[in-house]
This record gives sequence, structure tokens and C-alpha cells, in this order.
Amino acid sequence: MVLVYAESQDGKYKKSALEAVTFAKKTAEVLGSACKAVVVGQAEGTASLGKYGASEIIQLNGLDHFDSQTFAKAISKVAQDEGAKVVIVADSSTGKSLLGRLAVRLDAGSVSAVNQIPTADGSVLKVKKNVFSGKAVAEYSIQSDVKVFSLSGNSLKPEETGADAAIREVSAEANSRVNVIEVNKQQGNVAPLPEAELVVSAGRGMKGPENWGIIEELAKELGATTACSRPVADTGWRPHHEHVGQTGVAIKPNLYIAAGISGAIQHLAGVNSSKCIVVINKDPEAPFFKAADYGICADLFEVVPRITEALKKAKG
Amino acid sequence: MKQLVCISKTPETTAKINFKDGNTAFDESGVQFIMNPYDEWYALVRAIELKESLGGTVTVINVGPASNDVVIRKALAIGADEGIRVDAEPKSALYVAKQIAANAEGFDLVYCGKETIDYNGSEVGAMVAEYLDQPFVSFATKLEVEGNSATVTRDIEGGSEISKIDTPFVLSAAKGMAEQRIPNMRGIMMAKKKPLNVVEPVGFDDKVVVSSFTLPDAKTECKMIDPENMDELVRLLQEEAKVL
Repeated sequence: MVLVYAESQDGKYKKSALEAVTFAKKTAEVLGSACKAVVVGQAEGTASLGKYGASEIIQLNGLDHFDSQTFAKAISKVAQDEGAKVVIVADSSTGKSLLGRLAVRLDAGSVSAVNQIPTADGSVLKVKKNVFSGKAVAEYSIQSDVKVFSLSGNSLKPEETGADAAIREVSAEANSRVNVIEVNKQQGNVAPLPEAELVVSAGRGMKGPENWGIIEELAKELGATTACSRPVADTGWRPHHEHVGQTGVAIKPNLYIAAGISGAIQHLAGVNSSKCIVVINKDPEAPFFKAADYGICADLFEVVPRITEALKKAKG
Repeated sequence: MKQLVCISKTPETTAKINFKDGNTAFDESGVQFIMNPYDEWYALVRAIELKESLGGTVTVINVGPASNDVVIRKALAIGADEGIRVDAEPKSALYVAKQIAANAEGFDLVYCGKETIDYNGSEVGAMVAEYLDQPFVSFATKLEVEGNSATVTRDIEGGSEISKIDTPFVLSAAKGMAEQRIPNMRGIMMAKKKPLNVVEPVGFDDKVVVSSFTLPDAKTECKMIDPENMDELVRLLQEEAKVL
């Protein structure tokens, strides 16, 4: 049996949770077994996780805030009670801090940020992930009886095929040693960077923070999340959470538009898994063009508003 | 306060990545190695800052062969007091965590970087915490300690979270924790005299092996678009790339 942890935030399932359930169902098909989901607390649409492939949903009650220790204890208990052979979490900040604990508790081989459906070779499961910051792909063989892995975001589309599933409620022990005293959420309704499908990013070519209006307008027209290069975050032109690259956030959106970013290797390491990269730079020698799918060699202050206009026109 | 910082050795960021033995092993020839930046810039430097303000010691631990000593010496030059090297190949995250946990009893704080830049696993911190039965805070961007109580800020999707936790616990450090420190000549000289203890690994059956590596497909040539014709870009994004 394959058990997947479907993560909810503020009473709603995240896209990464639906991806994880879809992925778990496909993994169960490879193994010829069933897929069940485990969730924590009440959230909107728990039963409809069945549509994505869960045959039953186990809802853990009594865990009030996220703590990897209490969550891992409760989820691994469900995995043991249900006899799960594979446990899957999303590669979110929550999933990342659970994965290692689940591996230890279940005496399981683990691989993080898997991005393709596993293949089975007898009792060995083979999974793939990006390594060396996107410069190579590694195939891992997991040999233990129980296997755990996390699913890299935006690796497959959630698929709704089945029907609602039954929910079974189980109480869990809270006992957290982490006392959360404050949660700060960014305002706005666009997806946070690690989950964004569309990203508009800008660098030093912007000349100053007062010029960011054209970037924000383009992002708004696309419904995209804004990002920036390291020098821009370090000089305080933009907030640190927007910094993408090796030391900032690593992202893999469907579309990454970079304006006025030269494309240093440290920046590329954080964005080179994007499906499509558009680079706008007036320097034809900018190294970023070598990593781009589409390039526009011109002054960004003229080109960026033109893209916004073209998008408006295409919408009609 | 006794602090332990887990450090990894990784290929330098700009290193060319090649494989050998039928694409089953990383080819180290000609590759420059460094201390994993998250371990060095954020975890290690914050631990040293806290030692400077609160007293105590900073120990660094690495799992690897004798060629990793250079990375441990660098950590000692930056300001750590002593090093531990578990003399074994760091085969998998679980293997490394098991070795670290076997040497991590009695520390008030155990630090990791948020991930290594080679295998990008981000797993060891949580594993060490589980072996030690301690709390774990991932992606910490700020850490203050008073007595045995710590206040930690961590990154979550689309925001941040502040928690209070009593020591001992384990954390992984992300950007914001501290600023890089370059070791000075005095530090480098002193590092040579600081203790570096080599210990034998504890037995452990590994559960995961890399069966093969592949390089991603070569990127197709960048298509240059007339700056006057952004309708063409939108059309390509919709019809060719299919991302809009």
C-alpha cells in the first residue's frame, strides 16, 4: 500500500498536495497496490482527495500546529498500522522536514525531490531526481522494505479521475516541544515562489527599485509571482524572499522571464529547471542567453511594457 | 553552550559535472571542492557568533575520507574550536545522519545547512533530530538564544514563522542567519593546532544507492525574437512552449 500525506494550509489543500496524491496513485499502479491519503485536521475538500486517487482518507485530529516531530510520529504510526510499503510527501518546507524523520522512524530508504514516476525492479524501487543544482539527474535504487520519498513541485499535473473517498478519523498525540508564537504571511493572492508556475524576475539592469513598476505590471497581467537576482536583494531594492538562485530560493516554474539579469552560474543553479526561460538583456554577450529558450536583446525599459501590451492584446 | 555544526564537502559552484565508471560515479578529477555554502556561511558563522556573545564551544563534524580534513581545517580557521571526522564514505543521507547522531549526544544545538549543493537532499537535519529524539526547525533564517530558550524564525511557503523552543534541538540554516566570514591569517595558523578527532563509523546497512547519473539534454539554441514584435513572443509562449 502507498500512503501519501496531503498537506493543507489554512484549511485548504495546496496544489502540491493534489500533485502528491496523483503521484502516489500512479506509484501504487506501478506496484499493483492501493493508495491511501493521510491528512491533519479538518480542511475543505478532504473527501475529494479520492478523486485524485486515494481509496481512503485517514484524518488525524489533535495536532494543532506543524511540528515535524509530532507529525512524523503520527504519520509513521498510520503507515505502520496500514502496512504501507511506500510513504510519499510533497517536497515543500513541511514535507522536507518530515521526510528524514519518517525515514528514521520507518527504517526506510529515502530520496527527496523525486520528479518522475518510479519504476519497480522486483522489490527495489527506482526513482529519479535532479542533483548538482540541476546540472545532472541521478537514478536511485531504494532497497529497503519500506520506502519514503518527497515529490518535487510542478513535476506532474493533478489528475481528477475517481470519486470522493471515505474519511476515517483518528486521534493523534500533540505534545509539541515547539511553541509557535507568530506567523507572517505575505499579502496578495499570487502563488509563493516555490509553488509559482509563472515567474517574472529582474536584476541590476533595472537601475533602481523605483523602476519596478513595469515588472509588477507584467507579473500582474500574467498572474505571475515576482522574483529578483541576488545583488538586487542584497542591496535592499527588493525583499529577500524574492531572491532566486543558489543561495536564495530554487524554483522550477513553467515560465521564467528574466529582465536585466546577466545569468551568473549561481543564479542559473536556482532557475535552470524552469520549463521555459525568456531572457531580456541589452548585452548580446549576457551568459543567460545560452540557458534561455527565447531571447530578446534590447533595452528592457522598452521591451517589458511591450510584452504587457502584447499579452493584453492576445487576451482581447 | 555546546554547539555542533554538521559540514559537508561539495564541488565548487562553477565545477563542471562529469561521471565515470559507466555513469555510476561522480568524476572528481579536476574538480575544486569547498565547504557546502549553507553550512559555512549560515550555520557555522551563526554558531561562532553565539559562542562569541554567550560563551561555550563550537564543534564541527564531517563524514568523509581524510581528504575532507581541509574543509574541517577551514571551519577551524573561521572560528570553530574542534573538529570530528567520521572516517567513512558519506554514502546516503541516512548513513551520514546515523554517524552524526552517534557523535551528537550532549550538545545544546546541532546545526546543518538547509541543503548541500551537490545532492540537494535537505534530509540530514531531520534525520539527526529523529535519531536524537529532539525537535527540528528547518530553513531557519534567524536564531537568538537566552539561557536554554531559543527564538527561531523560519521560512515557510509565502511567509515566515517564529517559534520558541528549549534546547537541545536541531536546526537547518538558510540565508539570513549570518554573513560569510573569511578566515584571517591568525585563524589559519591557530587552526593547525586545534584538535581534529578521527572516529570510526558505527555499523549501518545502507538502503539507497545511486544506480546511474545522466546529464540533462543539451539546451536547444536560444531563439532570438525581434524586440519590436512582442506579439510573436506571446504567440510562441502560447503555441510552441505551451506555457501560457
